[in-house]
Amino acid sequence: MADSICRTLRDGALEGELAPTLTIKDSLASPFAFHVFSHILLQLSSHVIAQKSQSQGIVIVALSRSPSSYTSLLKMNGMDVASSNKWIHILDCYTDPLGWKDKARKSANVTDPSQQISLATSSYKTVKDVDKLFLVIAELGRGLVGENKARFCVAIDSLSELLRHASMQSVAGLLSNLRSHDQISSMFGLLHSDLHEERAVAVLEYMSSMVASVDPYHHSADGQKGCLESSLYDQNFTKGKFNVRFKRRNGRVRVTCEEFKVEPGGISFSPVSSVDGTVIAGIVPKVQFNLQLSEKERIDRSNVVLPFEHQGNGKPIQIYDGRRSLEESNSEANPISSGKKEDSAMGEIIYFRDSDDEMPDSDEDPDDDLDI
Amino acid sequence: MEQKNWNLLDEALGLNNNNAKPWPLCGRFVLVEDCVDTSAAFVLHQILKRSFSSHPSSAVVFLAFSHPFSHYDRVLRKLGCNLAAQRDNGRLFFLDMLMLQCPDEGKANHDGLASVFEQIERVITALHQDKKFISIMIDDISFLEVAANGSSNDVLNLVHYCHTLTSDSEYGCAFIALDHKDIYLNGDRTAVMLEMEFLADILVKAEPLATGLAKDVHGQLMVLDKETQHRHGVSTVKTHNFHFKIKENGIECFYPGTKI
Repeated sequence: MADSICRTLRDGALEGELAPTLTIKDSLASPFAFHVFSHILLQLSSHVIAQKSQSQGIVIVALSRSPSSYTSLLKMNGMDVASSNKWIHILDCYTDPLGWKDKARKSANVTDPSQQISLATSSYKTVKDVDKLFLVIAELGRGLVGENKARFCVAIDSLSELLRHASMQSVAGLLSNLRSHDQISSMFGLLHSDLHEERAVAVLEYMSSMVASVDPYHHSADGQKGCLESSLYDQNFTKGKFNVRFKRRNGRVRVTCEEFKVEPGGISFSPVSSVDGTVIAGIVPKVQFNLQLSEKERIDRSNVVLPFEHQGNGKPIQIYDGRRSLEESNSEANPISSGKKEDSAMGEIIYFRDSDDEMPDSDEDPDDDLDI
Repeated sequence: MEQKNWNLLDEALGLNNNNAKPWPLCGRFVLVEDCVDTSAAFVLHQILKRSFSSHPSSAVVFLAFSHPFSHYDRVLRKLGCNLAAQRDNGRLFFLDMLMLQCPDEGKANHDGLASVFEQIERVITALHQDKKFISIMIDDISFLEVAANGSSNDVLNLVHYCHTLTSDSEYGCAFIALDHKDIYLNGDRTAVMLEMEFLADILVKAEPLATGLAKDVHGQLMVLDKETQHRHGVSTVKTHNFHFKIKENGIECFYPGTKI
């Protein structure tokens, strides 16, 4: 369902509606929300570049990744970083969220060591001030797309980090301000759900129209104890389940489930059904004979022509079901074999059914009225 | 340098991989977790030793919260590494934080651990000009929390700031920290540990054997290497599990069941 998430974010907000909001949440057992985040960011970027989306620019609020990691992410996926200034802007809350470095550098008079970051970046040094953060985001977006009706998209790379610095109320206020801002077409954010109280997670889920949750493939039976079981660990660190909850405007909720796989090139999604087979195959006890069909065997089986179906020689398929067929009722209730005079040497079976209300081959015991 | 006896721990941390980077841990955050039954301080000793012995242009900024310099000097001398000499060479910066006590919240000069970070950054800017590859080491996060008057948010802020120093656009340092798992066991205090585990690129967990204490095996290590996406486009996760035995002048690592 990663595609439909991207489509929804691409299509953006309707006039007079809140912007669609996606929360991606994960937990330590399957910490791949950032992979999903980058996947969606890349998809959306390509839509923005192709001018297929409602938003014409993206503002990334970077709290847990450095701006340079976004530069290399875009570069790695073949995007033109040089021309990206027109549609992407990073608000850097990562490098110096509390202004410590700033203070130290002012007193020691040291210049910033940051080298050439090719993406447009502004730094923000007072993360605790969430109201100002909203103003800065809105201003940056306006800078990207201009004053008119054009819209932009906001990506917050860690709501968890934001929640650590500021209170629940102010973060919720920020989100709702962003959603109702008339220049924002869509927004998405990342949340590590096990760092917060359930209450906080629920608040953020209420405020988002889509919740994508990254879940481990196998839950280890007793949390901590299972940590050293390496095979389980390995499996959880290559793939997992991707559950998405869409909330429509009218209140309808749709829940879908997919599988994801983490590969060197990124993350890929597949429908869950195709993998179910292998799961079942894993459950079937090991026996000496083969219980499963291989793909070739499956194809061969579907090609087998069943007896009594004379197929392929041009005649319509006739399977006698015990009643007179339409054809024969047209030809005035002849016995079934009457049309085949030329075959009479072959012998024939003449059968008249007693009545039409008798079910063919009924399961009824024919002798049940016997009184013995 | 070629004929080192790399053990499983070095391999799991990628320390034997000399051709990749001048110092393989550059730009990474290594979180070491141990518990009361099994101390993982030896992992720090091992990384210190490797950093000094096999990578001539590396330097270490060591924040000591649990033991004084003389302790580390003694331990590392057994491993064949002279810390005092390294300190005089300017390759080890030992910041003694044993008596650190932050002012209480609400006081005028309360700035959390900002002053600690300022010290670290000052050393690093100086080292960076010498083109050194720097590791920042914190020998006990839990004592850091004590120093911060139990404010886990202050601790996480410092950890975040140290983490920013690992990014490419800044100094590309390595950041290694040790913490104790079992002090976070009850309920609502787990956030510090979890948050650090989310941040970590390499997670080293030391645990006792499930079957109890043994003479020949002192515990088991799990090294989880989350190769993050921004490193050369790879994002695979590797886990290594092995047992270890701590000896007087080194450690012995072996796969379960292979010890004769």
